[in-house]
Amino acid sequence: MRHRETGKPRTTGYEYVTQEFLLPAKKSLIYLSLLAAVLINLMPFDKVMLALRPDFLALMLLYWNIHQPQQMGLGVAFLCGLVMDVIDTSIMGQHAIAYCLITFFALVLHRRLRLFNAFRQIPAVLWVLLLGQAVLFLTGILAGTYIPEWYLLLASVTGALCWPLLVFLLGSFRKQRIEPDEI
Amino acid sequence: MQTSPQFFKTGPSPLARLFFFVLLSISIMVADSRSDFISEVRRIIGTVIFPLQKLAYLPFSLQERLDQYIADFKLVEEINHLRREYLNSRRDFFRLQALTSENEHLRALLGAARQTEMQTVLAEILYTPRDPFSRKITLDKGSSRGIRPGQVVIDDLGVIGQVTQVFPWTSEVTLITDKNYMVPVQIDRNSLKTVVSGAGKNSELELRFLSINTDIQEGDLLTTSGIGGVYPAGLPVGRVTHIEYDRSHKFARIICIPVAGVDRHRQVLILIDSASAPKTSDNPESYAPQRNRQTKNHGI
Repeated sequence: MRHRETGKPRTTGYEYVTQEFLLPAKKSLIYLSLLAAVLINLMPFDKVMLALRPDFLALMLLYWNIHQPQQMGLGVAFLCGLVMDVIDTSIMGQHAIAYCLITFFALVLHRRLRLFNAFRQIPAVLWVLLLGQAVLFLTGILAGTYIPEWYLLLASVTGALCWPLLVFLLGSFRKQRIEPDEI
Repeated sequence: MQTSPQFFKTGPSPLARLFFFVLLSISIMVADSRSDFISEVRRIIGTVIFPLQKLAYLPFSLQERLDQYIADFKLVEEINHLRREYLNSRRDFFRLQALTSENEHLRALLGAARQTEMQTVLAEILYTPRDPFSRKITLDKGSSRGIRPGQVVIDDLGVIGQVTQVFPWTSEVTLITDKNYMVPVQIDRNSLKTVVSGAGKNSELELRFLSINTDIQEGDLLTTSGIGGVYPAGLPVGRVTHIEYDRSHKFARIICIPVAGVDRHRQVLILIDSASAPKTSDNPESYAPQRNRQTKNHGI
């Protein structure tokens, strides 16, 4: 995750080594984190918070598809989308499409994105999230249930800003598991 | 793909899979709007995530309980206040009783069917969807408590919406501010009957297709007319706040705000037997004297 400080070529190699040693995350951690994201999405919030709250499930799918693409895939994203459709009382399949697209871009870009640190990943994450939300808007408009308002896109912005925090948090979970091996 | 070693082999390419899942989603979306099968799937998923819903709501209910505990200290004050209030309302109650008996007598004279008494279930708002577009809320009572789709949901001030989807322990309510939702109403002042529909934004309602010369004023109260049999007559729905007469349009643009706290309250009432109530064909409202009727446009 953190490497390639352009000014310090000496640290680059070391950072790469630490990354190589990051063990693949356990299935339980992946599914627990997805469950936690669903829980956060389920929390009842008020108007401003509702508009600003990022879609944590989308963020979590992005994270795992960038860092553990072998263990994830479009199938999981599709199922998560269906669950989110039930939660949001939207048309079945609406979130599923958006999540599948997000996952697809994560899978396509994951080698490139892993070269950057979390802060430099923000723009890419922002674009992918905005794309997902645009797909949600489009399907909603086609189905006739939406009247889009632009301020809702702020949810993607806050989501992208939450990204480094998420990477740090999940990274620390995964690092604790390998610390004993290093000693 | 075939030349790559087994280690890198991961099945069909992401693009192919994306196509597959997007096609699957689109077919589900089409099926959702056409048939009932998908709503069965939705019910199953809804039942499975119900414990999660409860869990997510836990911090909020704990906070509420804490507030309640603090509020208990103020009970003595409140009891005194309520006692005064009780005496005041007692007077109104006697008047109401007299009026009720008189009304029943008159109804009997008219031969009108006695209106069935509504059974109600108190429900709590469990969850407002993330999606600010969808004017829907989830309540914590479901089909296990006799909730059926089509039942009317009210709070202490007026109509909130209608139950549209039922799970075993929860139910979804479409608010009257939903864009595709209509309520048969009448203007309280002159009993002009029309239909109010959700504006779909800003928690507003609008009266569509009322001609420019309709007798309507800002501040008019809209109550349910009882036509259609879904809503019992006389429940407050909204208040007219803004009327715009544009010469270039045939119809006036009339904006109302809902009377009920559509997204402010935690507790609501579900009218249990309103959906199954027989449609009273001889609704007294329909031949009530219509005062001040100056318009040729009768609405519905």
